[in-house]
Amino acid sequence: MEFHPSMSTPSQGPLSRDEVAHLARLARLAVTDEELDLFAGQLAAVLDAVAQVGKAGVEDVQPTTHAVPMTNVMRADVVRPCLPREAVLAGAPAAEDGRFRVPRILQEEA
Amino acid sequence: MSTSFTAMTVSELQDALRDGATSADVTRSYLDRIEAEDGELGAYLHVDPEASLERAAAVDAAGTAGTGLAGVPVALKDVVVTEGIPTTSGSRILEGWKPPYDATVAARLAAADTVLLGKTNMDEFAMGSSTENSAYRVTRNPWNPERIPGGSSGGSSAAVAGGLAPWAIGTDTGGSIRQPAALTGLVGHKPTYGSVSRYGLIAFSSSLDQAGPMARTVLDAALLHEAIGGHDPLDSTSIDAPVPVLAECARRGAEGDLSGLKVGVVRELGGDGHADGYEPGVLARVAEAVALLESMGAEVREVSCPAFDLALPAYYLIAPSEASSNLSRFDGVRFGLRVGDDGDHDLDEVMALTRQRGFGAEVKRRIILGTYALSSGYYEAYYGQAQKVRTLISRDFSAAWDGAAGGGVDVLVSPTTPTVAFPLGSRVDDPVAMYAADLCTLPASLAGVPAISVPCGLSDGLPVGFQIMAPALADDRCYQVAAALEAAQDAARGSRFLDQLPRRAAQPVGGAA
Repeated sequence: MEFHPSMSTPSQGPLSRDEVAHLARLARLAVTDEELDLFAGQLAAVLDAVAQVGKAGVEDVQPTTHAVPMTNVMRADVVRPCLPREAVLAGAPAAEDGRFRVPRILQEEA
Repeated sequence: MSTSFTAMTVSELQDALRDGATSADVTRSYLDRIEAEDGELGAYLHVDPEASLERAAAVDAAGTAGTGLAGVPVALKDVVVTEGIPTTSGSRILEGWKPPYDATVAARLAAADTVLLGKTNMDEFAMGSSTENSAYRVTRNPWNPERIPGGSSGGSSAAVAGGLAPWAIGTDTGGSIRQPAALTGLVGHKPTYGSVSRYGLIAFSSSLDQAGPMARTVLDAALLHEAIGGHDPLDSTSIDAPVPVLAECARRGAEGDLSGLKVGVVRELGGDGHADGYEPGVLARVAEAVALLESMGAEVREVSCPAFDLALPAYYLIAPSEASSNLSRFDGVRFGLRVGDDGDHDLDEVMALTRQRGFGAEVKRRIILGTYALSSGYYEAYYGQAQKVRTLISRDFSAAWDGAAGGGVDVLVSPTTPTVAFPLGSRVDDPVAMYAADLCTLPASLAGVPAISVPCGLSDGLPVGFQIMAPALADDRCYQVAAALEAAQDAARGSRFLDQLPRRAAQPVGGAA
């Protein structure tokens, strides 16, 4: 995910309100002005706390993504029944003609 | 019976069922208590008495009640999906959703003929340490209704401690089984990562999430763990190993012989120079528990795990990062809430509006933080660095187990939480203070090793938890040591830990009182 290179680095201090707004947009989260005010302060405090990971000496240390060794898991290529279509669509916010109905994706002229 | 069903341990319930009590009677006792108490306690999000009683009657009709777990009621944290039964993960975004399939944990408990009592309250998407982040209701601590029940599995802890379920399933990402168990006087175990299937658990942080038992005794926790554990082809991180033998280890541990056992007390978790934020009463109870282990023959020494000091910052980067990715599935398209679909708003806008309305403040904070930590230019400094700290924490554990590296201990111990249950509302506006509740439980989460919390006394009239950590796949050691401690304390006290909770004992409702 892209982020503006001009924005704060770990050493330059807390997240600004504008940065929080930008991150919320990237994460497809609409936020109110009140939320922005609240989150900017709280996230600055959280970021300050978590930035301590920078204190660790990690030269030649490999990152751990999972606590157990991960290998690709294969199964026999056998057809198994899937969930019935009606059961899946029953949980959808909107369905039409046996499919998920989604809001429009393109602009008017497209 | 000298006592009501709702005050029994599960092993006692099994005896009662074998001696002729019906699952319907047992289930009704719990449902009566839920009806009487849960309005105030707030442990459950969904209860369907008719369905529970129907299920219990079917087990009675089959004549299997008392065989294994058949006929024993159980509560599930609402993060576990259950076919046709509302599952919200504590979030408005899933309000009213009925999953089309069962989680493996739910399916295994159903196959064992247990009776589902209901779905328990939780912090939204398991993000929290007090259950106050639930979108639905406040859950209270049965020991003191003005205190938190812990979190995120606070509905499960309140239900079991309050006598509204004999035991319950919780999930633990950074301490969400152990911390609420500690704060309500229960036994709670986080299994080795990969040893209990994650299939059908609504994902928060996939490299950390584990389901496990919350129970009144160590033996009960072991029985429940055995019922849900073992390899599952539907979970690609599931360890292909036999179901562990745990109840037997708990029974053996209760005999009280720990000679030869080497116990390491973690300095960085409440020891010299690391006691800031720890309540003296908590440290005193933990020291007494360590002395008790020693009196049973254990060799005790202090062990230093320097990287544990960075577990909290590492966790609060890794978990939000994984959460920001996992929660992208809540897009208002395939399930749950959809907001603003009026023909004018496009998909992107509907998604943003849906997530604004559907998610609570803590979930939004973590999504934003995770998005930041994963963004290009910051990835290495935050997420990458946190993953390397995770390696250092695993190395500290390995060094502790390894005799050649100067460690050579069989288990590591610490307080489960730095404080007893804090007052409702006292930390909701201060995320960093809330996160500190997980200080002691995070290292085992990040390293994927098993850890149990067992009660070790009271401080200010509230339960204190003792944490026992073991190497990966040595969950049996946690149960053995915890059972020894529990048995020794019960013998000294002359009663079970939870018998000190007057609310439960004073009000036996229903059952064979």
